[in-house]
Amino acid sequence: MSIHAKALFALVFAAVAGGAHAQADLTSSTIFSSGYSFEEKDGESLYQGICQGCHMPDAKGATGAGTYPALAANPRLAAKQYPMVLVVNGSRAMPGFGRALSNEQVAAVVNYVRTHFGNQYPDTVAPAEVQALRPKTASTGEE
Amino acid sequence: MSSRSAPRAISRRELLTLIGSVAGSAVSYQAMASMGLVSESNYKGPIKLEGNPKGASVLILGAGLAGMVAALELRNAGYKVQVLEYNNRAGGRNWSLRGGDTYTELGGFTQKCEFDPGLYLNPGPWRIPYHHHGVLDYCRRLGVALEPFVQVNYNAMVHSTQAFGGKPQRYREIQADYHGQIAELLAKVTQQKKLDELVSAEDQEILMASLKQWGALDKNYRYVPGRDSSERRGYEKPPAGGLSGKPVYSKDITGLSELLKSELWGSIGAGHGYEFQTTLFQPVGGMGRIGDAFKREVGDLICYNAKVIKIHQDRKKVTVTYIDPKTGGAPQTATADYCLCTIPLSVLSQIELNVNPKMQAAINAVPYEASVKVGLQFKRRFWEQDEHIYGGISYTNLPIRLIGYPNTDYHSAGKGVLLGAYVFGPNAYEFTALPPAERVKKAYEYGAMIHPQYKQEFETGIAVGWHRVPWTLGCAGAWTEESRAQHYDDLCQLDNRFLVAGEHASYIPAWQEGAILSSLDAIQRLHQHVVNR
Ligand SMILES: Cc1cc2nc3c(=O)[nH]c(=O)nc-3n(C[C@H](O)[C@H](O)[C@H](O)COP(=O)(O)OP(=O)(O)OC[C@H]3O[C@@H](n4cnc5c(N)ncnc54)[C@H](O)[C@@H]3O)c2cc1C
Repeated sequence: MSIHAKALFALVFAAVAGGAHAQADLTSSTIFSSGYSFEEKDGESLYQGICQGCHMPDAKGATGAGTYPALAANPRLAAKQYPMVLVVNGSRAMPGFGRALSNEQVAAVVNYVRTHFGNQYPDTVAPAEVQALRPKTASTGEE
Repeated sequence: MSSRSAPRAISRRELLTLIGSVAGSAVSYQAMASMGLVSESNYKGPIKLEGNPKGASVLILGAGLAGMVAALELRNAGYKVQVLEYNNRAGGRNWSLRGGDTYTELGGFTQKCEFDPGLYLNPGPWRIPYHHHGVLDYCRRLGVALEPFVQVNYNAMVHSTQAFGGKPQRYREIQADYHGQIAELLAKVTQQKKLDELVSAEDQEILMASLKQWGALDKNYRYVPGRDSSERRGYEKPPAGGLSGKPVYSKDITGLSELLKSELWGSIGAGHGYEFQTTLFQPVGGMGRIGDAFKREVGDLICYNAKVIKIHQDRKKVTVTYIDPKTGGAPQTATADYCLCTIPLSVLSQIELNVNPKMQAAINAVPYEASVKVGLQFKRRFWEQDEHIYGGISYTNLPIRLIGYPNTDYHSAGKGVLLGAYVFGPNAYEFTALPPAERVKKAYEYGAMIHPQYKQEFETGIAVGWHRVPWTLGCAGAWTEESRAQHYDDLCQLDNRFLVAGEHASYIPAWQEGAILSSLDAIQRLHQHVVNR
């Protein structure tokens, strides 16, 4: 992890010490969110904090009794809707993260995956497009 | 029943004593249940599968508790049984990691467990409530020795980085001070006549007496330093013997405002939940002893290293295709009249299978929770020796969420293994995403904020992130009320020759009892179908 990241976390920690917010980690840039929502912000830290648990640090996926598909060089990512819907709603073994991630976070991690690990898709997802996927009921329609 | 409304010539207690002494305790228990004194359990004692299966065969997929319960009971009932299991061991999530074990998670990360002989981590299940009658009865029948699992330990810690300067507090003191001051508050409000509209004068008198008792209030209904409060929160100098025996009452009661803001009241309630109420149990020697016991019974039926990749049923039989997950090789097949599948839905949803579309939709509808456990071995049992914590759990708002102390071998002079982290939710994803050695390191670093002895005494650790467990891809099925309403019944139907069982096919998900009751329910229905054919 970069020095930049460490300095950033020191800053974040100082800013929120006393409030019930993200615990900056003790010795590394690992983020441990404090509540039921993830506090990672940019695509890289979202990938490293969540996705790589299953899809692996190199995004090549893994196989045991079942399989976590590779995201690296995955042609199914060509349609940006596909990863966006999966992240929000989940599918089979993949949990949905709609409740635990903001529109900005979903957009950030989808854009990150679609431009890394051998994927080079120029079009991006905007937070408003993520919002459009969310159910429009009174209880869940607004933050 | 009627005893409640009808005038009684004989009291309920007398009646029970009578029934109990005449017919023995089993009858007494049933009588109590029918009188509404205990709630009836779904588990009705050893299953009876009466009637002749006429040589029918059943192929069971998965040798966890659901699969092995079915194997044991179906064989007893006269079925031809075979079990296919992905792992090279039986038990599934019923599992203990012991010194010498090697565990490779998805991604190829391999850990060698270096615990001393006799020490273990239960990466999955670790406690059994007294009302999980199915699990307990199989333990009894299979001779699995049990010992108490301590859920609530009044001398363990509750801890928040945001309260008391980050200093851990004793559960006992926080609970006593919290209850005491809530009681005092309510007593004051009552005395100020503010409850007059809600509570009758007669009841107010009783309420005052009960608050005094519940909250350890003094004769003036105050929670203050003195004998009453010290008898709950402990003494500054506890009573002792002889000339040095005079006690000193504790004075450092924490004020209500500080207690409320500390949010530690959130950490004193875990033991109230139905599933966590005393008495709880654990198998002596690790939770894996249950799987071991089942294996002694049905091990001869299990084919290990068999990864199911396809399930096909037609009008005559079910054909299951499997491969060796380590060596690959040519796919093999097994056939039977029926198939009972206990493979977790996270995996089953990826296996080619011909069932009706509703059942397939149900299989696809259940994601699996994240969860992480870390076991840490220490050179000595400092929590007992230095802090008098014998078993139980300390709770914290740190990402490790809790520290679990071993509920066995108290005072042993040797080493000890703590549960150094047990995590759900976002932190479980974040822990899982780390390499195993990093998870152990984090558990060590955070735990040292509660027990500084970690720094001197830590030796080795092992960490299991359940989304990386190759044969479950997660901790347990995460049903919601909506998904259950939409899919649960479709999941549990017998589809032609195929049906499922396992914790995911129960209303007690993420408990072994769910796996067992689901299996018993499934084989009961299957057996009815077979004998009526
Ligand atoms: C972290 C954690 C804590 C828990 N705590 C408790 C607790 O305190 N108390 C409690 O009672 N319960 C607890 N549980 C729940 C309990 O472990 C489960 O409910 C129960 O063990 C599930 O049994 P099962 O037979 O349904 O599934 P499993 O035990 O998972 O059995 C399924 C079997 O199928 C096999 N399999 C998978 N894929 C294939 C394939 N393709 N081919 C062949 N075989 C395959 C697997 O290897 C496995 O052996 C906990 C679980 C976890 C993960």
